[in-house]
Amino acid sequence: MLALKEVGKTYPNGVHALERFSAEIAPGEIIAIIGGSGCGKSTLLRAIAGLDRASTGSVTLDNAPITSPHAKIGIIFQEPRLLPWLSVADNIGFGLADLPAEIRRERVTAALARVGLADKAAAWPRELSGGQAQRVAIARALVPQPEVLLLDEPFSALDAFTRRDLQDHLLDLWADARPTLILVTHDVDEAVVLADRVLVMRPRPGRLFEAITINLARPRDRKSELFDTFKRRVLTALDRSLDRQVREVTDKSSAGEAMWW
Amino acid sequence: MAMTVDLPALEQTATPETASARWSRLARPVLGLAVPVTLALGWELVVASGYSNGRLVPPPSKVFETIVALAGSGELLRHILATLGRVGAGFALGVVAGTIMGAISGYWNFARRLLDPTVQALRAIPSIAWVPLFILWLGIFETSKVALIAVGVFFPVYLGVMGAILSVDRKVVEVGRVFRLSGFAMIRRILLPAVLPAYVVSLRVGLGLGWMFVVAAEFMGASEGLGYLLTDGQQLGKPAQILAAIVIFAILGKTTDWLIEVAAAPLLRWQDAFGARGGQ
Repeated sequence: MLALKEVGKTYPNGVHALERFSAEIAPGEIIAIIGGSGCGKSTLLRAIAGLDRASTGSVTLDNAPITSPHAKIGIIFQEPRLLPWLSVADNIGFGLADLPAEIRRERVTAALARVGLADKAAAWPRELSGGQAQRVAIARALVPQPEVLLLDEPFSALDAFTRRDLQDHLLDLWADARPTLILVTHDVDEAVVLADRVLVMRPRPGRLFEAITINLARPRDRKSELFDTFKRRVLTALDRSLDRQVREVTDKSSAGEAMWW
Repeated sequence: MAMTVDLPALEQTATPETASARWSRLARPVLGLAVPVTLALGWELVVASGYSNGRLVPPPSKVFETIVALAGSGELLRHILATLGRVGAGFALGVVAGTIMGAISGYWNFARRLLDPTVQALRAIPSIAWVPLFILWLGIFETSKVALIAVGVFFPVYLGVMGAILSVDRKVVEVGRVFRLSGFAMIRRILLPAVLPAYVVSLRVGLGLGWMFVVAAEFMGASEGLGYLLTDGQQLGKPAQILAAIVIFAILGKTTDWLIEVAAAPLLRWQDAFGARGGQ
């Protein structure tokens, strides 16, 4: 279990990014963290990843405090961040350097096939499209078999079609070993289609505003009435978190819009 | 299009060579030769037809004759080896010192604050200004020459290495942190490959300066070397010999630069740069 206890972060320049954020996240759970800009969602993710230390409070994985990057916690960034001097296969195997070469090759080959890029093993990262590169990044994060996978707006730089494909693909991959997923996003559609729980955050300083449980069976139909209902609930919470006037949403034609602003 | 099956990635970048592509591939080097060849032939004609006696500016055939004569007597090889030896030793020393110092200054902020101001101040001194001091300290023979070349090579390499390390993308370093690389693994697996392209450029700049400084070094009293051929040609009024030495400098400089480029090419195949694809 991943436990966040009153996690707070004040940067050296005085910016108070996050205040007393608490949550308990069960193994295999999918969490989406959503909120306006400056709500500390990336700060929170970096604290869980062990890339930045929390100023106050604690992050623990199975009661072990996380203060630096951890073998069982993987992260996928907004950009693929592939190493340009390594082939696609070597990028995927980057975190497996401790394993014997043969096992590493097997796992990389399997991962390449799993993300549908078996024919790109020898390609350079520059030869990939944005969606392909992000799939390689996902494979790279998944091959060390993390218990927790963090995703920092992983699909926000992709076009709408690719984004949908990758959301479905991510769920498909998740079903293999069911790691805990914590996804930072500002896409309501993405949050509702992926998450068991959506944590809506409120900015300045960032803190938890509302937790919304999405008890919809998977695979989820983005066009269903129920999907819309959950989306509306998340949107309403977001509006309230930003102290906006909440309008009654009646116009269903906008339901397919991916971005909430 | 018949492509190998195990390298499918190439399929996207390889296009069938069209007639115009073949033409431009051949024409590019030829185009570069057009101006010097025309000038040389033109001058040859001017001298051959008696419009000029070509005493101060000897025609290409005369320069070529001189080179052949020098080569025939074995003297040319002796001069080339002397110069190559000096450049080689100075370049090696400068590269080693520049790489170590540059890496230290790039990697540790404290070392940079401590050392860099001094290095930058020394860099502001025209390197030739060291010549009298080097002669006093190290004598008139090889050591002072090699030292001068090493100084010339040191600064671009130092600056190149330090700048390259400082400009390594924080985001790529973070990937290394996520995979919990130790300090050494971080250097070997992230910093070194990231720094390599800029390092190769700084080596090439350094080598260019090495060739520049070997001439200065050989001007200050040498009994052999291409620089000696230059001063000797001036003192005895043999412009053909001067031009011959210049041509050989050009050939050697270009060749050694090309060697660095070729040696580094397999390590830099991944680069996605404008120049790497031949420039459009």
